[in-house]
Amino acid sequence: MPTVFIPSPMRSLTGDQQTVEVEGSTVRQVFDALDQAYPGFKQRLVEDGQIKPNIAIAVDGEVTPLGMLEQVGTESEVHILSAISGG
Amino acid sequence: MSTTSHEPNMVLVNEEFDVVGTRPIRHDGVDKVTGRALYGADHDTVGMLHGSILRSPHAHARIVSIDTSKAEALTGVFAVVTGQDLPETNAGTMVDTGGGNVDLKYLRENILARDKALYRGHAVAAVAASSLHIANEAAALIEVEYEVLEYVGSALDGMKKDAPLLHDDLKTNELGEKTDEPSNVATHFQFSKGDLEKGFEEADVAVEREFENVTVHQGYLEPQVATALWNEDGRLHIWCSTQGSFVVRGACSKILDLPVSQIRVVPMEIGGGFGGKLDVYQEPVAALLSKKTGRAVKIVMTRADVFEGTGPAPASHIKVKIGAKKDGTITAAQAYLAYEAGAFPGSPVGAAGMTVFAAYDVENIVVDGYDVVVNKPKSAAYRAPGAPNAAFAAEQVIDEIARALEIDPIDFRLQNAAKEGTRRVDGPAYPRIGCVEVLEAMKNHPHYKSPIEGPNRGRGVGIGFWFNIGFPSSCTIMVNDDGTVNLVEGSTDIGGTRASIAMQAAEVLGIAAEDVCPTVVDTDSIGYTSFTAGSRTTFATGWAAYEAANDIKRQMIERAAKIWEVDADAVEFENGVFKSENGSTLSMNFKELAGKLGATGGPIVGRAAVNPRHAGGSFAGNIVDVEVDPETGKVEILRFTVVQDAGKAIHPSYVEGQMQGGSVQGIGWALNEEYYMDDQGRMANTSLLDYRMPTSLDVPMIDTVIVEVANPGHPYGVRGVGEANIIPTTPTIANAIHDATGLRMQRLPMNPGAIMEAAWNQRK
Amino acid sequence: MPRKTQVQATINGEPMDFLCEPRQSLLEILRDIIGLTGTKEGCNDGNCGACTVILDGRVVTSCLVLGVEVEGCEITTIEGIAIGHTLHPIQQAFLENAALQCGVCTPGFIVASKALLDENPNPTEEEIRFWLANNLCRCTGYDKIVRAVQAAAATLQETTA
Repeated sequence: MPTVFIPSPMRSLTGDQQTVEVEGSTVRQVFDALDQAYPGFKQRLVEDGQIKPNIAIAVDGEVTPLGMLEQVGTESEVHILSAISGG
Repeated sequence: MSTTSHEPNMVLVNEEFDVVGTRPIRHDGVDKVTGRALYGADHDTVGMLHGSILRSPHAHARIVSIDTSKAEALTGVFAVVTGQDLPETNAGTMVDTGGGNVDLKYLRENILARDKALYRGHAVAAVAASSLHIANEAAALIEVEYEVLEYVGSALDGMKKDAPLLHDDLKTNELGEKTDEPSNVATHFQFSKGDLEKGFEEADVAVEREFENVTVHQGYLEPQVATALWNEDGRLHIWCSTQGSFVVRGACSKILDLPVSQIRVVPMEIGGGFGGKLDVYQEPVAALLSKKTGRAVKIVMTRADVFEGTGPAPASHIKVKIGAKKDGTITAAQAYLAYEAGAFPGSPVGAAGMTVFAAYDVENIVVDGYDVVVNKPKSAAYRAPGAPNAAFAAEQVIDEIARALEIDPIDFRLQNAAKEGTRRVDGPAYPRIGCVEVLEAMKNHPHYKSPIEGPNRGRGVGIGFWFNIGFPSSCTIMVNDDGTVNLVEGSTDIGGTRASIAMQAAEVLGIAAEDVCPTVVDTDSIGYTSFTAGSRTTFATGWAAYEAANDIKRQMIERAAKIWEVDADAVEFENGVFKSENGSTLSMNFKELAGKLGATGGPIVGRAAVNPRHAGGSFAGNIVDVEVDPETGKVEILRFTVVQDAGKAIHPSYVEGQMQGGSVQGIGWALNEEYYMDDQGRMANTSLLDYRMPTSLDVPMIDTVIVEVANPGHPYGVRGVGEANIIPTTPTIANAIHDATGLRMQRLPMNPGAIMEAAWNQRK
Repeated sequence: MPRKTQVQATINGEPMDFLCEPRQSLLEILRDIIGLTGTKEGCNDGNCGACTVILDGRVVTSCLVLGVEVEGCEITTIEGIAIGHTLHPIQQAFLENAALQCGVCTPGFIVASKALLDENPNPTEEEIRFWLANNLCRCTGYDKIVRAVQAAAATLQETTA
């Protein structure tokens, strides 16, 4: 099952767990599964069907340009980060 | 001033190619050394008017009224605009300009103020006139009534309970969740890993220090400039100095409520950016004036406007605490980062939180970051935004611990260095990275092995990391019948990227770099291409060129097959030659085949649009020797070496150039540059005389070592290089000053006055 | 409207005349009236050197010279550095040594370097850095610029030897 790394400020929702394993083959499915297990999780990250601005999702260490559509493998890691660009 | 008994520029080559890794003369070079290249201010059109912007003299004030009548009455004035002339549609929505997500209301308010002036320099009104002199006269005739308010001058001040609020509707965002009370704190985030308390319990030594960075500017030599023509057919044309023509297009589309298809942005040659030209400032203002007058309007910023009206790098207050065991293992690290966003939210504190301990493998880390609005210009990106401030803090604490444990500072870093698989505090595990290789190259360098002799002299080291990004790029390549190709792309060429992009295409096609003719075109003429920043251009636009060249290669193979009447599978392309075994060996080189295209079916055009993953992070390290004059506090840089992992240096001269340029910006940041704010929240030193950037006399030769730990994701192993090199410089110089004097400098800049004050305080 | 003055001067070897207001700088005249846009504006108060030209043999920042002051003078701008169709050795050296990145300071550096090598054909590194200290560059860190000037000096010495 894919593993989601829970950012500090959201651990109160997941009973203080730093990582959570849930089913899903896309980021959307994973977030939906998380929201089922820990209600309120999804609304922190998603607005109008899209990842909120200033938040980036990394799957297996790479920030994905596909957002919620990104595919997630059974051994994948999903990280929730600040969106950064550069100068 | 510098020793030359060693190789000043080294490239530790990992793989040899034909074109990649060589040093051809850049394709736009002749135009740039003859003065023919056209920059934004060089663009003129028929009937063009000149614009001048009136700016708030106050750091924080309510705008009570604006009377433009006297300005409008002046002979030669054609139009005046204020914030009222901007649309108000979709206010309060977050929009993606291509340069990141921003609140549209804030984005518009920064272009022209509405109810409040939020910083000295905030644009309040603008005039278009027949000459710049008349426009300036007219701007001075605009009467603005202000109600001056108490201002917020720093992040810590902004966080106080009774601080004046900049925005009544701004509430703290804690990872997607907004708090209830209005505040100057726009965002609070926290990253954590492991168990910090346990980590500090395990430590034999712990050091905690607080550090201050002041506001600094990217300091590009060319001020912002834009010419806008809002045509009678509704199309808006903009010629400007920008790092991202598609970002200008996107931003103007949102600000002016105009579809992107109605906007064409022509990127002129750019005179420096470093992150400061990713945002729009006067483009929408020029557009509004053009619409009102029916003429093209050019607005060039003055140098004072650049300081007060664009986007400097944020000041910050940072606390770092690190703990380590006697054997040198770092067991815990903690950082508190409060960054000044400027008048509107959006400092790079998030990136600071991700990079502050990025060079180290530490089990237990907590990082807290705060994005705080203050009455200063809205901060913008500056070369690895957020990271240099964090490194000034962390790399000095690392230095202190190494000293306390009596371990060599490079060895201490090597012992704890991040490697493939190390997890950063923000979560992801590193892929293949070159942290260890950079540290080893530093350790083995003749500079590090040479003794420092003489009083008041010292040596420092430091290391930094930047992620680098991918983002979309497009490229089109056309084959000419003489075997040369034309390459069309949309990345503004800040430092030789036309050449590095052309070289990657040349490598695929087996032709010389000189046989590729690259041009940078406007937003009508190429597919979407993201900005020239984030150390992405050689990586991503280069990748687009690589794919477009492969598209050509495929089509040429099919054409050769057609000519030879064989299957395409039977044709190979190697070392620039098409070959097929068909009884006898058939062969043609690229040039020969190119000459036959017209008669065998027509021209060949290759294209690609990429959004590449696998951007490889880059580590950079410095070794710096200084001498500190005990009577004046003046710091002289005796010797400077910068080492950086480029993955693969496509054009080593321009990679060296990035390393040297970032290093010298770091030297200025360390020793002299600051926004000197007076007691009314105003910058007192808005000229290049008093905002003191390094001159040729202030620095020695900057020796370079390019390390090549190939980025496994990129066809040639490229890692972006533009940014990481500025990160270690301020703490390395601080560490060198400490080595020379025993003074631990906790505030930037470390100018002569600051050093003397620290020396006197130490003696007390 | 301020009355304009007629000024005659020789620019890059060519006699020219133009009309200008008393408040217009030489920089403004070169760029906006004559159309020689190679000389750049970075600060307009003499502190960056992007507007460097040679005026009667002296290196000056043209933003601090008034148009009306150059009556009868000889001015060399970046457009006058190449020798006909051939690049000057300084220009060639800047290209070969990758001494430019964004290129906006380059015209000023090339003009200033030419004046240096005209006066001192064999400068030390310190002399080069001192002479060029009024030309700011934010991109290169000066290393490759200094090396380019050294290379140009060597080339010029060879050709005159």
